[in-house]
Amino acid sequence: MTAALRFDPIRLPSECEQLRKEVRAFLAEEIAAGTFDPHKPNREDTDVPEFSRKVGARGWLGMTWPKKYGGHERSFLERYVVTEEMRVANAPTRRFFVADRQSGPVLLKYAPEHIKMEILPRICRGEICFAIGMSEPNSGSDLFAAKTRATKTDGGYLINGTKIWTSSAHIADYMIAIFRTSPPTKENRRHGLTQFLVKMKQPGIQVNPIAQITGQYEFNEVVFTDHFIPDDHVLGEIDGAWKQATSELAYERSGPERFLETYYVLTELVRAVGNNPDTRSAEGIGRLVAQVHTMRRMSVSVAGMLQAGKEPVVEASIVKDIGTIWEQQLPHRVRELAAFVEETATNRETLEKQLDFAIKTAPKLTIQGGTTEVLRGIIARGLGLR
Amino acid sequence: MAESENIVAETAEKIFADLADAQTINRDKKGEWKAPLWQALTDAGLPLSWVPEDCGGSGASLAEGFSVLSAAGRFAVAVPLAETMLAGWLLAQAKITSPGGEMTVVPASPKDRITVNADGSLSGRARGVPFAKVAKHFAVLASDAKGDFSVALVDAGKCRIETGLNLGGDPSDVVTLDKVQPVTIKPAPTGFDQARLMLMGGVARSLQIAGALESMLEISVRYSNERVAFEKKISKFQAVQHNLARLAGESAAALAAATSAADAIANATSFNDEVFLEAVAAKIRCSEAAEKGGGIAHQVHGAIGFTIEHILHRYSLRALAWRDDFGSESFWAVELGKLVAQRGADELWPLVASR
Repeated sequence: MTAALRFDPIRLPSECEQLRKEVRAFLAEEIAAGTFDPHKPNREDTDVPEFSRKVGARGWLGMTWPKKYGGHERSFLERYVVTEEMRVANAPTRRFFVADRQSGPVLLKYAPEHIKMEILPRICRGEICFAIGMSEPNSGSDLFAAKTRATKTDGGYLINGTKIWTSSAHIADYMIAIFRTSPPTKENRRHGLTQFLVKMKQPGIQVNPIAQITGQYEFNEVVFTDHFIPDDHVLGEIDGAWKQATSELAYERSGPERFLETYYVLTELVRAVGNNPDTRSAEGIGRLVAQVHTMRRMSVSVAGMLQAGKEPVVEASIVKDIGTIWEQQLPHRVRELAAFVEETATNRETLEKQLDFAIKTAPKLTIQGGTTEVLRGIIARGLGLR
Repeated sequence: MAESENIVAETAEKIFADLADAQTINRDKKGEWKAPLWQALTDAGLPLSWVPEDCGGSGASLAEGFSVLSAAGRFAVAVPLAETMLAGWLLAQAKITSPGGEMTVVPASPKDRITVNADGSLSGRARGVPFAKVAKHFAVLASDAKGDFSVALVDAGKCRIETGLNLGGDPSDVVTLDKVQPVTIKPAPTGFDQARLMLMGGVARSLQIAGALESMLEISVRYSNERVAFEKKISKFQAVQHNLARLAGESAAALAAATSAADAIANATSFNDEVFLEAVAAKIRCSEAAEKGGGIAHQVHGAIGFTIEHILHRYSLRALAWRDDFGSESFWAVELGKLVAQRGADELWPLVASR
């Protein structure tokens, strides 16, 4: 084995607990004001621009970024607390979540200074939404098979081709995408792709929403026809996206969103079961709580190790692998226990509706953002098997 | 490992590497390795890690002691190190000096009770007491008619012992006390009850299971990189890679849950719901991992891992056996479920997110 797995028992510092109180108070206010209903994860309008701007105004976007770009130079553990509280409350984070977690950090690292100055403060204010353009009709998990072309022209590139399964593209202001600038080489099939910043809602981009089995429209087909991107929107090395795309995924893989997506059904089950559970319900709830606790301790541990400057790449992949499988199974386990809930439980209908939605959501959890199979390949490499 | 920063754990690790190598002890059918190992551990003061110096121990911190148990799990050692440490810790709660030699704790299950009789003698029956047969003394937690707890040091020779073996082949005995006069008996500190002892024991077992899983992962990866089938190393088959990735996940979950619980107990100022969650979640998750992870380790090894000659069973069977001590995962899941239900739905997340 190359190295032993490591999960330091991280304790959140005291500033996190103060912050947690502030986030909870803010969310309670928003719920009271009717901005969103925490019991309804299946609402239509997951994009709530005013909420996004309020979160930005609180200083909870770009929390870890430099102040000169509108950031707040706080720790990854503080960001963790905000993320998990929003997730557990079922807050409408769609508009800002991808920009805050993923796109902003990519821009910070690879965008030219004037672009950073222009865009990052707007992310921090909660004004703009990002999408990620990776998958194509014939290139999903096999990222480096992407064919959408970026052809050099005067002052920039012309884009032709199609991205697919692109979450939030229908509302996004920007997309960070990989396009083919050169063919792959014999030695390196990953060569030839370049990362670009795409301004959406421009000529040559057509977004076609795709209905999902949940009834929602989260992802899209995005068709590029001679869409022009200026030279200064290239992010990083020409033909070298493979070096950039694979490095910083630990943050993306191991956050609270990787095991809490269906958590609400557990809370609702506990409510339905009441204060005096029978043995079967008690055992079932106990096992589920032990799991969610363990997942969270693993996830917090990875966040703490990242904050300390370590690179827990394999550990982060493990968190996503077992976290997504757990959140996928959770609604089914809750459904089994719900069969024993008394008819008189006041929230029975809420629980049933939530279960319907969570069970429909479940299949995507081990596919989005890197399939179980891809993750296990990464873990296997880390174990020295590949 | 985090423990390598810790000199106590390094000492333990070195002793195990020198005197408890799995391959060597697996071949030694007479158990001749046990005495030198125990002597070396005793010389290093490890069995009484958690006993303050004024009670005859070496006064290591809780955290240092826990890291010794992780190391003990990685070597799946079949001597009563964890048991003697727990016994010393229990006695120290009541400021009772620990004698030398092997000890264990009574009871070792949340269902068993030992009672203090009006004349100060002890009565009761405790099942599944690990290493009772080889222990010289028992650290007993007993309660009187009023429900007040006392800690007692008891001469093992005064108790009836029905011997048995756990899944791993280590002693797991029934101990019966029939009006046994203890060597010493003192009141337990205020608030100390049987759940405290069970959860401390449970965290010890969780760390041992997590350690055993670390070793199972390591030897399974090594084996898959050596074994050739269908003209290639089996580690090159995707099905095998994914099984090992799942084993890594189980090992990781056990490690994270157990070390988190140990850290929570080592730094606790009071024994509240948050510490209870940490301790029982560790026992539940590590027990589940023992089943799933151990199963994968065996699958990767094929028939050779099913033989007595191979070392895999030293880890896999002990990890399974340790699930049963100090309350099984299903027992604690019920207790945790009851606690969660009593707190109510809106108090679940604050509990989970408490640290």
